[in-house]
Amino acid sequence: MALLEVNNLEVRFGLRSGEVSALRDINFTLERGERLGIVGESGAGKSVLGFSILNLLSRPGYIAGGEILFEGRNLAAMSARELRSIRGNRISMIFQDPMMTLNPVLTIGQQMVECLRAHRKISQQDAKRIALQKLKQVYIPSPEKRFDQYPHELSGGMRQRIVIAIGLLMDPDIIIADEPTTALDVTIQAEIMDLMLELCERNNVALILITHDLGVVSQVTKQAMVMYAGRIIEQGPTREIINDAQHPYTQGLMNALPQMAIPGQRLNQIRGSMPPLQKIPAGCAFNPRCEYVMEVCRSQLPEFTSSGGCRVACHLVAKMKLEEAAAQRVEEAN
Amino acid sequence: MIAFLIKRLVQAIIVMFIISLVSFSIQDNLGDPLRELVGQSVSEEERQVLREKMGLNDPFLVQYGRFAVKALHGDLGTSYFFKEPALQVILHKLPATIELVFGATLIIVLLSVPLGVYSAIKPNSLFSRAVMGFSIVGISVPVFLTAIGLIYFFSIYLGWMPSFGRGETEPVLGPWETGFLTVDGLQHLILPCISLASIMLPLFIRLIRAEMMEVLQSEYVKFAWAKGLAPRRIYFLHALKNTMLPVITVGGVQIGTMVAYTILTETVFQWPGMGFLFLEAVNRVDTPLIVAYLIVVGAIFVVTNTLVDLIYGLVNPTVKLTGKK
Repeated sequence: MALLEVNNLEVRFGLRSGEVSALRDINFTLERGERLGIVGESGAGKSVLGFSILNLLSRPGYIAGGEILFEGRNLAAMSARELRSIRGNRISMIFQDPMMTLNPVLTIGQQMVECLRAHRKISQQDAKRIALQKLKQVYIPSPEKRFDQYPHELSGGMRQRIVIAIGLLMDPDIIIADEPTTALDVTIQAEIMDLMLELCERNNVALILITHDLGVVSQVTKQAMVMYAGRIIEQGPTREIINDAQHPYTQGLMNALPQMAIPGQRLNQIRGSMPPLQKIPAGCAFNPRCEYVMEVCRSQLPEFTSSGGCRVACHLVAKMKLEEAAAQRVEEAN
Repeated sequence: MIAFLIKRLVQAIIVMFIISLVSFSIQDNLGDPLRELVGQSVSEEERQVLREKMGLNDPFLVQYGRFAVKALHGDLGTSYFFKEPALQVILHKLPATIELVFGATLIIVLLSVPLGVYSAIKPNSLFSRAVMGFSIVGISVPVFLTAIGLIYFFSIYLGWMPSFGRGETEPVLGPWETGFLTVDGLQHLILPCISLASIMLPLFIRLIRAEMMEVLQSEYVKFAWAKGLAPRRIYFLHALKNTMLPVITVGGVQIGTMVAYTILTETVFQWPGMGFLFLEAVNRVDTPLIVAYLIVVGAIFVVTNTLVDLIYGLVNPTVKLTGKK
């Protein structure tokens, strides 16, 4: 049994203008200690997916269908109390902006101890001891002093370390990190990422890394999925996706990386922008921006096609695979 | 802390100086004090002599200077009507007003926090909608109308509550007599306190609700949920503490304003407090009393605002009262 298995997840938003789907047909599995990258532009539904795994969607969002099986138990159908015993305990989350994640009026210590005591029956002293130990693990200098300080007294990098320490307090099985380094200075981004990986490795924690940074995904994760307008459009081993992107959108993302550009030339970009949820076009959602758009893309939703170890939702890839297969048959027949 | 207090003290002195200047300047523009003092039977020559003797013909600044020096010694002039020091007359009435404001504040604090928090957590529930609806009504109806309505319903129609005065009071300290210690005194407090609270309570409910709803959307509250904390802890520690910061600031100013609102409430309920006294003083053109009232109310404002800033500094860790580390 996989540690986490998401089947046909659908998330909707009940807006005043009507219901819209924010996520559809989300399927993936995550094994113990595995690292999964979720990539896409802003608005693709990456963060919504992160929150819905913990069943933490705030109104008007809700899980409209599918299951989220954590060790076989469906998080989408759990009582509030059961969910609480999993959140922050077995699955924890690290948010994007450490400036906003910590409560400004509570001390670092209070915010750590409360998490421990919510999940375990331990004394204040024991909780403090564990908290200090975790602060040491994330290389916070003089943890005793930091313990009694308020968030505003610490730098951004320091705060994100503390958020990571809180995420690791209960030795969880999964950490969902939603753009954990985006809000930090470039100089400490790598430092924080390395720290997170080191700790996940050491404690055998599975990591779901939500990011728009393909570079990070390629360095860090083994599996990856690319999302567009609430759907997965390509998923599989990270190396295959990076080296041999099949979907025109993934290719576009790859080409947009500065490393891919020829010095002196303009950076490549995908023309247009992601449609808002209310205005997702019929057929393949990417069709208005796609260079290779065909007639069928405008009317029919593409099915997944296997390509190597990957699954790609694209009519063009499907057509090419068909032609390849046909060519192969002809060759074999000859 | 000490640096903060010194800074506030300097500010307070400046504020009090301006208040005293403004209130003293009223004296020149509010009828002829002599007429109130001596009545009809005194001849014009005698009036002129008296006027000269009282210094009423001196330039404004000289008169103000004389007033200020005396005021610093605690002498705010003598009430024309009571023939007693104005400050003493007012301080004698101060406890009644303070008790009224205290009672109203108690009602506001005890009701606005739970109602505001509830309607923020469950904004779509029937109860929250009802609270919001009533609060609009509460804000719209003027205090004197609420007061008259309360008297009509509870005192006349039901006959449950007394309609005027303070009732039995117990002496506590010097001129301070309290209505909080006798049943009769408490009964007399209820209606005036409710009507005084009727304007501010809806305001505070709406303020707390709006702040709380915003705080509940914040990242740190989402993070608190992701940590698996109990809802009670998230609502009443994580969210409420942040909600109260702006509420404390606004609240402090409003308590000061409430002292002013007491004029209406006290008049309707014949409450023997400062506000009622002030209205009588205006009717009698008792200028020293009016000036003294304005200065005392100004002082109350300054003191409450300083206290509020102190409390704010205690609640909000990002504010350092000392200014420097």
